[in-house]
Amino acid sequence: MPDYLPELADRLLDGFLVTLRLLALSGLLATAIGTVLAAMRVSPIAPLRAFGTSYVNVFRNTPLVVLFLIAVVGLPAVGVLQGSFFSRAVAALSVYTAAFVCESLRSGINTVDPGQAEAARSIGMTFGKSLRIVILPQAFRAVIPPLASVYIALAKNTSVAGAFGVTEATYQLSNLNRDFPDELYLSFLGIALGYIVIVAVISGTANRLERRVAVGR
Amino acid sequence: MRFTKAQALAVILLLALSLAACGGDDDDGAEVEVAEQPEFAAGTTMAKLSEAGKVTIGVKYDQPGIGFLEPGADEPSGLDIEIAKIIAAELGIAPEDIAWKETVSDNREPFLQNGTVDMVLASYSITDERRNVVGQAGPYYVTGQQLLVRTEDAEKITGPNDLDGVKVCSVTGSTSIETVTKEYDAKPVPFDTYSDCVTQLQNGSVDAVTTDGAILLGYAAQAPDELKVVGEAFSEERYGVGYKKGDDEMCTFITDTLQTAIDDGEWAKAFEATLGQSGVETPEPPKLDECK
Repeated sequence: MPDYLPELADRLLDGFLVTLRLLALSGLLATAIGTVLAAMRVSPIAPLRAFGTSYVNVFRNTPLVVLFLIAVVGLPAVGVLQGSFFSRAVAALSVYTAAFVCESLRSGINTVDPGQAEAARSIGMTFGKSLRIVILPQAFRAVIPPLASVYIALAKNTSVAGAFGVTEATYQLSNLNRDFPDELYLSFLGIALGYIVIVAVISGTANRLERRVAVGR
Repeated sequence: MRFTKAQALAVILLLALSLAACGGDDDDGAEVEVAEQPEFAAGTTMAKLSEAGKVTIGVKYDQPGIGFLEPGADEPSGLDIEIAKIIAAELGIAPEDIAWKETVSDNREPFLQNGTVDMVLASYSITDERRNVVGQAGPYYVTGQQLLVRTEDAEKITGPNDLDGVKVCSVTGSTSIETVTKEYDAKPVPFDTYSDCVTQLQNGSVDAVTTDGAILLGYAAQAPDELKVVGEAFSEERYGVGYKKGDDEMCTFITDTLQTAIDDGEWAKAFEATLGQSGVETPEPPKLDECK
C-alpha cells in the first residue's frame, strides 16, 4: 500500500474535481431554470403562473434521492436520459435546485415595492423590460443571502451522486476507508475539510457581493 | 380519492409482506447443536459472552446467499449467518439469542473497535491493512472476483483484460471496484447495492458488474437468458471472522470452532443450505490461518 497522506491528497483532489464540476454545471443550469420559473411565477399570464407554481410544488417537495432514482434508474429504463451517469446526476440536481432558486428569486422580487413596477409599466416598458431593468437589479440585493444558502445546499447535495454511479468526493471517502481502515478519522476530516472549503468560498463570495451592492440607508 | 387509494395500496402491501413473513419458516438453513454450559477460562471474551448468554454479530443484509435480510423476514440468512450460528452455538448461545446487527463495508472496523458488535461476519475479506486494526480469524470461505455481463456481450468481454475503458459497476468501497480500476483500467461506476448495478447492466448503462463470483451467480440465475458470468476468478477473497484486535484467545477459539465445523461436516451443511442452493458444488473447505 502506498503512503497514506499523498494518497489522501491525490484521491481527495480527484473526488473534489468531480464534485466541483457537478456543482458548477448543476448550479448554472439550476440558476437558468430557476430564473425562468421565477419570471413565470410573477408574470401577468395565469397559465405561466400556474406552471411555475406546480413546478415548485412538485420538485421542491420530492426528496432528492427519489429524483436521483428517477433520473438514474427510472428514465433510462424507458429510453430517456441514457447519457453518462454524470449528466444524469446533473439533471437530477438541477431540476431539484431550480425550485429553490426560483423561490429565493421570487422572495427577492417581492421585496421590491410594487410602485416600482407600476412606474416602469406606466412609462411604457414591457413586462420583460421592467423586470430586467427595474425589478431584478433591485431584487438581486435581497436574494444574495438566500441564494447563497441554496448553492451551499447544492454543494452538499452533490454527495448523493456518489451512490449513483459518479466517482465524486464521497465515493473516494469509501475507497479511503477500505484501503486505510486505520486512518478513518483523518479521512473523514479530510473530506469534511474539502466541503468546508467549498462552502466557505460560496459564502465568502456572497458576503463580498452583498457588501458591494448594499445601499446606504 | 388519491389518498385513499394510496392508503389502500399501502395496507395491501403490508398484508402481503406479513403473509410472506409467515411463509418463510421452512428454509432456515442447517440446524446447529448448541453446546451446553461450555467451559472457558475466566476473564476471556468467550467466558463473558457465554455467561451473558447473548452475542451481537455484525452481518450484511444485502448479499443473497451470504448475508441477506429478505423483505419481511425477521432474521437474515446466508453462509455468514450459518457460520455465525455455529460459532455462537459453541459458546452455548442458541441462534435465537444472537442479536444481528447490520454492518456495511464502511463501519465494520469502528463497530468492532467500539464494541457495538462482538464479531463481524460480513463477507469480510482478510487483508493486511484490516489486520492492523482488527483481528480476523479464518478464512471460512474463499471466493474470487468475476464479471457479470449481458449475454450478447459474452464474446466481447471474456475476462478482466477486456475491461480497458469499459464501464464496470460495483459497490462503493468494495475491494472489487478497486481491482478493476487499478489493474485493468476499467471506468468505475459506484452504486450502493449490487442489485442497483444489475439494473444498470440490464438497461445498458454499464457493460459489466464485478464482485465475488458467488454473488454474481445468484443474479445470473435470476435472468439466465440475459446475464452471464464470464471468465475465471481473477482475485482471491478470503472471508474471515472479525473480532477485537489483540484478543488472541478469541482468535484461537474461532479458529478451533471453524476447524471442528469443517472436520465434522457442519461447514459443508452450512454451505449447501445457502450458497449451494444456486447449484454450485460444495468446494474444498479452506485452510485456516494460524493465530499469531
